[in-house]
Amino acid sequence: MRARNYIVGAAFALLAAGMGHSALAEDIKIGEINSYSLLPAFTEPYRKGWQLAVEEINASGGINGKKLVVVSKDDGGKPADAQTAANELVSSEGVAMLTGTFLSNIGLAVSDFANQKKVFFLAAEPLTDAVTWAKGNKYTFRLRPSNYMQAAMLVEAASKLPAKRWATIAPNYEYGQSAVSVFKKLMSEKRPDIQWVDEQWPPQGKIDAGPVVQAVAQANPEAILNVTFGPDLVKLVREGNTRGLFKGREVVSFLTGEPEYLDPLKDETPEGWIVTGYPWYSIKTPEHDAFLKAYQAKYNDYPRLGSIVGYQTIKAAAAILAKAGSTDTDKMIAAAEGISMPSPFGEITFRKIDHQSTLGAFVGKTAQKDGKGVMVDAAYKKGADYLPGDAEVEKLRPKD
Amino acid sequence: MAFYVVQFLTGLASAASLFLVASGLSIIFGVTRIVNFAHGAFYMIGAYIAFTLTERFSGAFGFWGGVVAAALAVALIGVLVEMVLLRRIYHAPELFQLLGTFGLTLMVEDLVVLIWGPDDLVGRRAPGFKGAVDFFGQNIPSYDLFLIVLGPVVLGILWLLFQRTRWGVLVRAATQDRDMVAALGVNQKWLFTSVFAVGVFLAALGGALQIPRDAVHHAMDLRIIVEVFVVVVIGGLGSIVGAFVAAVLVSELNAFGILIFPKISIILVFLVMAVVLIVRPWGLFGKPEAAARKTPGLTVNPWRPLTSNERLASLAALVVAALLPLFAGNYALTVGSEIAIFVIFAVSLHFLMSVGGLASFGHAAYFGLGAYGVAFLAKLAGLPMIVCLLLGPLLGCMGAAVFGFFAVQLSGVYFAMLTLAFAQIVWSIAFQWVSVTGGDNGILGVWPASWAASPSHFYWLALGVAALVTIALRIAVFSPFGYALRATRDSVLRSEAVGIDAKRIQWTAFVIAGTTAGIGGALFAYLKGSVFPDNLGISLSVDALVMVLLGGVETVSGGVIGAIVYKALNIWLVSQTDLSKLVLGGFIVLIVVVFPKGIVGMLEVLAQRRRKSSPPGSSLLAKPIESAE
Amino acid sequence: MSLVPPLLAVEGLTKSYGGIHAVRGVSFSLRSGEILALIGPNGAGKSTCFDMLNGQNKPDSGQVRLLGEETTGKKPREIWRMGVGRTFQITATFATMTVRENVQVALISHGRQLFNFWGSAPDVDRNEAGRLLELVGMSGYADRPCGELAYGDLKRLELAVALANDPKLLLMDEPTAGMAPRERVELMRLTAQIAKEKSIGVLFTEHDMDVVFEHADRIIVLNRGTLIAEGSPAEVRGNPQVQAIYLGEGLLYEGGHREGASA
Repeated sequence: MRARNYIVGAAFALLAAGMGHSALAEDIKIGEINSYSLLPAFTEPYRKGWQLAVEEINASGGINGKKLVVVSKDDGGKPADAQTAANELVSSEGVAMLTGTFLSNIGLAVSDFANQKKVFFLAAEPLTDAVTWAKGNKYTFRLRPSNYMQAAMLVEAASKLPAKRWATIAPNYEYGQSAVSVFKKLMSEKRPDIQWVDEQWPPQGKIDAGPVVQAVAQANPEAILNVTFGPDLVKLVREGNTRGLFKGREVVSFLTGEPEYLDPLKDETPEGWIVTGYPWYSIKTPEHDAFLKAYQAKYNDYPRLGSIVGYQTIKAAAAILAKAGSTDTDKMIAAAEGISMPSPFGEITFRKIDHQSTLGAFVGKTAQKDGKGVMVDAAYKKGADYLPGDAEVEKLRPKD
Repeated sequence: MAFYVVQFLTGLASAASLFLVASGLSIIFGVTRIVNFAHGAFYMIGAYIAFTLTERFSGAFGFWGGVVAAALAVALIGVLVEMVLLRRIYHAPELFQLLGTFGLTLMVEDLVVLIWGPDDLVGRRAPGFKGAVDFFGQNIPSYDLFLIVLGPVVLGILWLLFQRTRWGVLVRAATQDRDMVAALGVNQKWLFTSVFAVGVFLAALGGALQIPRDAVHHAMDLRIIVEVFVVVVIGGLGSIVGAFVAAVLVSELNAFGILIFPKISIILVFLVMAVVLIVRPWGLFGKPEAAARKTPGLTVNPWRPLTSNERLASLAALVVAALLPLFAGNYALTVGSEIAIFVIFAVSLHFLMSVGGLASFGHAAYFGLGAYGVAFLAKLAGLPMIVCLLLGPLLGCMGAAVFGFFAVQLSGVYFAMLTLAFAQIVWSIAFQWVSVTGGDNGILGVWPASWAASPSHFYWLALGVAALVTIALRIAVFSPFGYALRATRDSVLRSEAVGIDAKRIQWTAFVIAGTTAGIGGALFAYLKGSVFPDNLGISLSVDALVMVLLGGVETVSGGVIGAIVYKALNIWLVSQTDLSKLVLGGFIVLIVVVFPKGIVGMLEVLAQRRRKSSPPGSSLLAKPIESAE
Repeated sequence: MSLVPPLLAVEGLTKSYGGIHAVRGVSFSLRSGEILALIGPNGAGKSTCFDMLNGQNKPDSGQVRLLGEETTGKKPREIWRMGVGRTFQITATFATMTVRENVQVALISHGRQLFNFWGSAPDVDRNEAGRLLELVGMSGYADRPCGELAYGDLKRLELAVALANDPKLLLMDEPTAGMAPRERVELMRLTAQIAKEKSIGVLFTEHDMDVVFEHADRIIVLNRGTLIAEGSPAEVRGNPQVQAIYLGEGLLYEGGHREGASA
């Protein structure tokens, strides 16, 4: 019986190993990993974004004359599967670098893989500060503004509010916990008079919104910090609206202004929340106009924040490869440290000190317009302005 | 005071939503004994269809009509599923239906994204129930009040249906004794179909009624299915009143628990279930099953050790596998290592499940504990790899010793659910205790020492350990202990009557299985270089179950083959397509229909046919045999 | 009174459920090599009484002694270790294992090999198992899966399993229930023969009066939880109280009413 087992196993393994040698040898291949099947709401626009970037890069002559090919893999939302995919991309596909990932734990898993296998990794989305700080490494760079940066942007606005009694609602996992703790720390530095009167930690994806809303209301805070997103946010907002939780209270909320999370709320969008996000409809810069026009022309759809991240990830990868003039990992690292490049949000730089890009985010207020949620009074916050000083960063990051 | 009343009412509203779905599951399980994993999928489809209908048709009639129409439509899908899929596998080994419904669930998760798109959908509010009612300064959403009334109304209707109709009497009789009803000349087929339809209707109605409060999205099913199972088990399987009480209990404990422990929600239901099952092994309103079916479907193929030819063939296969590094690349070798590790994991569960008759729904706990054991030893104590590999699995061993002691006091689905509860408790510790375990960001940098670092070396290591473990467990199956374990599986009553301490034998088997899983986990930590809470999560436990069932729960080598086929296919599909769940689910459903005894079971049947030219066809099917009064 | 204690001594056994006495003050004894039948109409307390002897059930009061040693409150497996074999009213066997393996399990347990993880169980006590199967006339079925056996054969297998620990006492709860009349006679003849050869005491309950009167050395009669008669078959047959009970029920023969659906 076992004979058959091993033969079947070997056959599958060989089959898997033999896949995907379609690209030509002189092409430059980039590996890309994301949670396509688990988080389609975010990763679909993201994929469209990077596909647009690939098209643009190759239309304008590729990278130093070579065609760019992106090999994309699904990780199903599991760190272990992401590592299998990373391994396939590196060992079997021979990609020059790895990019992508959404969830923090997957970002860290791939970052650790990159560190071990000495592969260049450009993390697209994962927000945890650990990617560039506590668990940062030589091989890993990150595009999106980190948890800390978004918290700092929100604190800037939140600390100006008169509210003194604050409550927090955050999903019970690392992202939610570190968002709350950074926010609290930065807030308390600016406003020592603040009191934290309640905190709620619903499990991610399983909020029982009624009791949570009721419990927060009972603590009678003057302002609320929200970190939930996705379906949890929808439930929280609906219960909160019906039960009047948000009436007369300020709300500061992570990510809520991103179209991925704001659009589903439609006519239930709460008014006046201070949020980070992406108001694609009101950004009037030439860089963004060009991106918007190209995106809408190709997909007949409006971009989400994921589209920007996907687009810029591949653009950044291409810029690094072009500058390095090689797919040698050390040369790419040298090229990436301190590289500046244009983006739909203006020029960004990958810092040498912690490999964090200075891509920023928009901070504004939520509002309703024609039964849809929008961000108003939005202002772009440059990432560089919301990072701690170099001395502090040095302390946060392990020595290579 | 008003606050507490409102919090209580809010809890009741949550309970009502939970109860609707749970009652359907309880009815289906009570009568058909099917562990319907797809119940959450029906709930989700109910929500999606109701979303479409209520968006299209306006007004009160449009909304309420849409909700009911959606539930009816899904019930119709349920009938189809029952007739096409489940009818074929009622006689398959216990839990095989779990595999079929699991396959369906995978398919549905991808299908809803294909049909309705990836975005979260937010539906209308219910006409007439949009606002809130003021209660001494506290607001209660009127829709909550509607749900609070609906819960008991549905309970009442179900009660009338079961007490006052002929159909209900038959259903109750079938819940007590299926064979009896068949003997009474009742058309069991249609009784089962109708029961399934009612159960699915309730699930879909539960989903449709979430539209005014929730977002409709493609992961709704997994978010409810486990919780609903827990509620059904706390209440006592097959007891509708029990399901209602359990839903209220769980929801109220959550509503008030978060006031004191805001982080309690993540683990609350599992804590409640563990406590209830330890104190009342049959759930709150359940009755002890009168010496339930003791065997996972009676096989008429007695197990036997390999013949010398088969031994040679296995050895040859092992040698071929060991030669893989000569012609395969690094990626194939790493995949090979992963498959070998999952062979270890699957045979460990197979030992417990097939040999011991104890189907654990939380076996990943011991796999994960082994992985964390290695991570702690390597990262905190800085021990060398070989020491970590030897000592790491002991954490799995200790976990299995503690949890196994309580779990083996139960049997059947209650055993399964208690193991699930323990696994979830361990998971939430790994998830929450950030300072030690790193929370969901895990422990990184657990890479192998240089002697095992190259993919071929690690592959040989994993293959060697997998071969050793498989051989050792095989020897154990045919050892006196293995006989004793099978004896306790077949009949606890008879075992005790020949001097066998059944609980002690089963506990020992649990510890062996847990330790073996821990060995797999230890290797896995080194393969991946990191450890995350998903290493002990539900989906990994389900994967293990699927591997064993796919291979064939009644066979000795089912675990090995199931692991290889499932894992290889899974890795390959995930790499090739974003719709891996659709394809994999379809494959599983196909296997279930074509090979109701699993892959190895089917091969054995074929081999037997070849040996005897005319076997008694009826003997291939399981015959129910009572072990005691 | 001899100085050697009787094989089985039961004294004042009492058990009640919710105020109803199922068994009240039952006392009797059994010698080695003796075949004792426990009879009585439905609901007389036979099964309750039986379950208290084999450890399935705990008496409210009273004592059971095996060769002078107290067995009250002991678990079934501990009583088995003291040398008591038993068969069940509805057979309990290891359905997925072969006939020989069923016997081997009992032998393994008897030889205290249960926690032997490395030995080859198919070879453990193979000959001894074969001998026991031969004793009950099941040699030809040794490699058949137990789940395939006819009911009468299962009963014979149970007897072989019960003999595996060299018992001093056999407890047989309706050993011939569900069997054809000819099989009944054969099984009991076999049991009696083995009991005499090995000097095993046998206590059995039975509905079939032919079986009882033909094979029992002595009979005790239970009615409504109390022992109402005791004596040789002839004495019991002539006891007016016993006659009244059985005539009151209308029939002497009523076997096979409980196990009909299970074969």
